[in-house]
Amino acid sequence: MKRTSWQEYQKKVADDDYYYVRSCIRQNFFPGSEKAFLNIIGGDLGRSIYENPEHTTCTGIGYHSDIVPMETTMTVVARQFALLTESGRENLAVSCITSFGLYTEMLETWHEFPETEERTRRYLKEATGREFRKPKNVAHTSDIMFHHREEIARKVRHRLVNVKTGEPLRVVDHIGCHYAKLFPKVGIGGAEFPHVLAGMVEAWGGEVIDYPERRHCCGFGFRNYLVKANRGFSIANTHKKLESMAPFKPDFIITNCPGCPMFLDRWQYTIAEMEGTTYGQDGVGIPALTYEEVAGLVMGYDPWALGLQMHQVNVEPLLDKMGVKYDPAAKYLGLNGKYIGKPADTAVNINCGTQQVIRNL
Amino acid sequence: MGKYFDRLMEDVRMREGLHSCMNCGVCTGLCPAAEFYDYDPRQVVNTVQMRDDEEIEKLLKSDALWYCGECMSCRPRCPRGNTPGYVIQALRKISQEDGFFAESEKGRQQLVIKRVIGGSILSEGYCLYPKLVSPELHPEQGPVWAWIHENDTQIYPQFSPNYRKAGPGPFRKISEATMDEIRRIFEVSGGAKMFAAIEEHSEQKAREMGFAGANDSYIEMIYTHDSGTHTQR
Repeated sequence: MKRTSWQEYQKKVADDDYYYVRSCIRQNFFPGSEKAFLNIIGGDLGRSIYENPEHTTCTGIGYHSDIVPMETTMTVVARQFALLTESGRENLAVSCITSFGLYTEMLETWHEFPETEERTRRYLKEATGREFRKPKNVAHTSDIMFHHREEIARKVRHRLVNVKTGEPLRVVDHIGCHYAKLFPKVGIGGAEFPHVLAGMVEAWGGEVIDYPERRHCCGFGFRNYLVKANRGFSIANTHKKLESMAPFKPDFIITNCPGCPMFLDRWQYTIAEMEGTTYGQDGVGIPALTYEEVAGLVMGYDPWALGLQMHQVNVEPLLDKMGVKYDPAAKYLGLNGKYIGKPADTAVNINCGTQQVIRNL
Repeated sequence: MGKYFDRLMEDVRMREGLHSCMNCGVCTGLCPAAEFYDYDPRQVVNTVQMRDDEEIEKLLKSDALWYCGECMSCRPRCPRGNTPGYVIQALRKISQEDGFFAESEKGRQQLVIKRVIGGSILSEGYCLYPKLVSPELHPEQGPVWAWIHENDTQIYPQFSPNYRKAGPGPFRKISEATMDEIRRIFEVSGGAKMFAAIEEHSEQKAREMGFAGANDSYIEMIYTHDSGTHTQR
């Protein structure tokens, strides 16, 4: 059943003429991913993408930590739609999963409760003088990458295959909760069998590995990570996922949410420091990548131009498996090739076995 | 009886998220918060649907209201089509409006979120920006993040032509005209009123607790204090 049931949940994804909105979290932790999306879809595939510099946060983190009321979030979302309307475009391409969930939630709420749309239009007009039309198509940028996956496959430089063994790389996916749990009909494959990342992995030569906690939250939990006293929630849930996937020996994790790759990356560091436990093969961490980073590697982009040096878990073991050439000396360079020092080594990247790691700590 | 319930039902998330809960516990079984905390979202929903004002007020003042991480994993799996996460959102709104949030350890944390995330939204136009995630407050981010944090002007411009400047791209400087629009939206639509309520009730609670107000010492306390009572079974 699971191999085909995702096909029951399909959505129409626009092929061209995108209006791009960014993510607050991604620009902090993985800004190379947004750049890679624009370069691949806009440059390599030749699609038209427009970004208005006056768009802002959707307030999503504030909304889901409950400091921002729904009416305010709705009006900020309406302002984003007003900018879209003013641009003459109709196809919203959303970089953030929380934003994608919010845009979808607000559109659905306006549909179910029309008085909320009327109120929002009134608030927006009063606050900004703006008016808006609803987007014709709302897609998360992973939907767009999925939509173009076969075209990318035709330009492949490095397949998701172990160059030494010829075997497909083993990949676990992690879908951001707000991609389809809020409204399963807007996610490719719905909430239970999301195929948006699996489809990319399969198209580019990898093998998708199922694991028991595949649908479990990464552990962000909004206020649970934001407040230091609550972070046990976050690491405990990431720990649950890592324990669940490790026996299946993944070569890497692919994600489509802003926070998830960061938590799956950083908490591996913390767990290694706290317990001496690492989850990858060969005694090191499992690289956790965004789908744009994976697409960029597949298409032959330089790993450091993709920002892979910003990951805490080293990606070099994966690059070696894929046969990607890279310059180790270029990993920690600043502007104009200036060496800016490098981060300290950590247990999650040191292949010396559990006992050795514990002794080092 | 029903005062709070009627008020809750003014929130469209309640009308979408609560029809009739049969107490099956599926939500609790899959909830990441229930896995970690001594917490039962099924019980939260049942308390609300029983419409007992006294019990709902206890809930509004409790730590239990603040455990949910709003992943919304409960929404697609409830066999009755309920969304406990939506019920929580509606309860939290009232808890903040009426000041009940300040009665619990977890609820009091709303002030730090308001100041950090709310402050960033209204000053920068983003929920967060790199300098906000300092290695001192976020040791779990590790040495790579510390390296990025220290070398931000060398690293981010590699991915943005307009780092902290006008123009498109990540971490562009958002114009004052746009920020004025965002602040007016907050004024018109209730966001500013909610921020003021969180400040006002926190100030009052901080003084009750012996602080000179909702100052840096109070913020430090609510940001870091864990009584250790939340995960006991």
